[in-house]
Amino acid sequence: MSAIVQIVLAGPGVTLQDSGRWGYLRYGVTQAGPMDALAHEFANRMAGNDPGAAGIEISVGGLDLVVAEAALELAIVAPGFRVARDGAPLPSMCLVTLAPGEKLSVRAGESGAWAYVAPAGLIDAEPELGSLSMHVRTGVGGTGLKAGDRLNVAEARAGLAEPRALADFRQAGEAPIRIVRGPQDDYFDAANFARFVEGPWRLAARSDRMAYALEGPRLEHAKGFNIVSDGIALGAIQVPGDGWPFVQMADRAPTGGYPKIGTVIAADLGRLAQMRPGASLRFAAVTVAQAVEAWRQARAAMEAAGLAPAGASALSSEALLSRNLVGGVVSAQAWSD
Amino acid sequence: MTDVTNYRLLDAGERALVVEFGATVDPAINGQVLALDAAFVAARIEGVRETVPTYRSLMIHYDPLVISREKLVARIADFEATHPAAPAPQARWIFPCCYDPAIAEDIAELAALVKLDVAEAARIHASGAYRAYMYGFAPGYCYLGGLPETLAVSRRATVRPPTPENAVLVGGGLSLIATFSMPTGWYVAGRTPERMFAPHRERPFLVDVGDELRFEAIDAATFAALESRARQGETIARREALA
Repeated sequence: MSAIVQIVLAGPGVTLQDSGRWGYLRYGVTQAGPMDALAHEFANRMAGNDPGAAGIEISVGGLDLVVAEAALELAIVAPGFRVARDGAPLPSMCLVTLAPGEKLSVRAGESGAWAYVAPAGLIDAEPELGSLSMHVRTGVGGTGLKAGDRLNVAEARAGLAEPRALADFRQAGEAPIRIVRGPQDDYFDAANFARFVEGPWRLAARSDRMAYALEGPRLEHAKGFNIVSDGIALGAIQVPGDGWPFVQMADRAPTGGYPKIGTVIAADLGRLAQMRPGASLRFAAVTVAQAVEAWRQARAAMEAAGLAPAGASALSSEALLSRNLVGGVVSAQAWSD
Repeated sequence: MTDVTNYRLLDAGERALVVEFGATVDPAINGQVLALDAAFVAARIEGVRETVPTYRSLMIHYDPLVISREKLVARIADFEATHPAAPAPQARWIFPCCYDPAIAEDIAELAALVKLDVAEAARIHASGAYRAYMYGFAPGYCYLGGLPETLAVSRRATVRPPTPENAVLVGGGLSLIATFSMPTGWYVAGRTPERMFAPHRERPFLVDVGDELRFEAIDAATFAALESRARQGETIARREALA
């Protein structure tokens, strides 16, 4: 059975992303992949897909889609966003099956920058260089989803029409974003490294899938700001000549020539990605061993999560807020699981 | 017997490790990078996701939940203990290049900067034996060492408008074939009909790092003819096996 996902409205920055384009960094090809890897993988797992399968990544620009041809289950992981089916609010993290003709809307809500929708089945499209991930800047994999696009979903599966809320596995709170020092922390003296960690930094408006720009105290380089280009890892924090760092995100170039003072650890990359321009943050340095342990725990929490306990979603502030913002009529059982 | 390590290990987070052999653009340093890269590519170590050779260092992307940093460092030491020779260039590529000022938009400006006439600047660029050091920036952007000293101008102070596709650029002592039309701080010294990146070609990327490149001057009419053949999918650059 195959179903169609028809894009009715897509803001800028709405793309297809699988786990990324691996193997071509050596040819200058960006890896791309999801901005919030754990949220993306959770959506796939809940949809019964391969953990690295392609799903739709939605920016604050929002998305409307209509299901056609056959009923289709969707796993929606859109914490902080407003989600609705034909105008009736849904939990922002849920499993739901849309009948043909039904419309799903995802809009920016009170928080969150990236949301994921994984259709239960295989998005049937032609991979480019081994991946369906879209890198908008170079057009590798496509330049983004637009109104009128139709995604064929092979092996489409349907489930319950009644939404079932998903547990929130994410690490909450305002804790500092953890980094590992280097690889060019020796380009900064102790005072400037301390200034970097302390911040506070404000996420600048020019942040996007390529890099999150930070504004705050200006950092001074001890040995200039040009290095002979070398590799750039996901989460690398480059400091260009103006002294304001920027964090290299999913759409970064594979190499670059500014010193990198530190690298955001995998466990905190999703949390950083979900911040919006204007958000305030600071950093904390950890060891590689601590970073690996944090990643192990973050992954374990995601892998252990599933449906939310019965009744939990009805009481969540997110659900209440979403109800207020969408302003639709909500039946009590729509929130129960 | 003492075994002196000639590399530094730098963590780029907990999922990437940089093996740095030097801090300059140098064929010998790049050769060490490519030797270690070749060893990793051949060994296909579980948990090593991808390696990225650059001028002077190898970035190893790994999954620390599959291979620990400690084990990865031990594998690097094992490889380096054998003092691997830099792999010999596998191929020499000959890229047709048009230096006609009507197509090579900045050749006159470049020639004036180095106080030569256009024909001489073009002859010198085409005389170079170039080395493919690394890719970066964007798909197919391959940095070429070996630019004759005479043409080693610095980059522009401000970027120029977008270059045509497949522009052959010069700047900062290097040369480069640009894949896309983009603004640049480099000078457009020429233009090749060949595409450094063609996603649906059997070889999306023709050139491997370590390969040798040469440019062969062609006139505007030949450029137009070859370009239309390239657009139809033909590979225009010629490959000579070296190894």
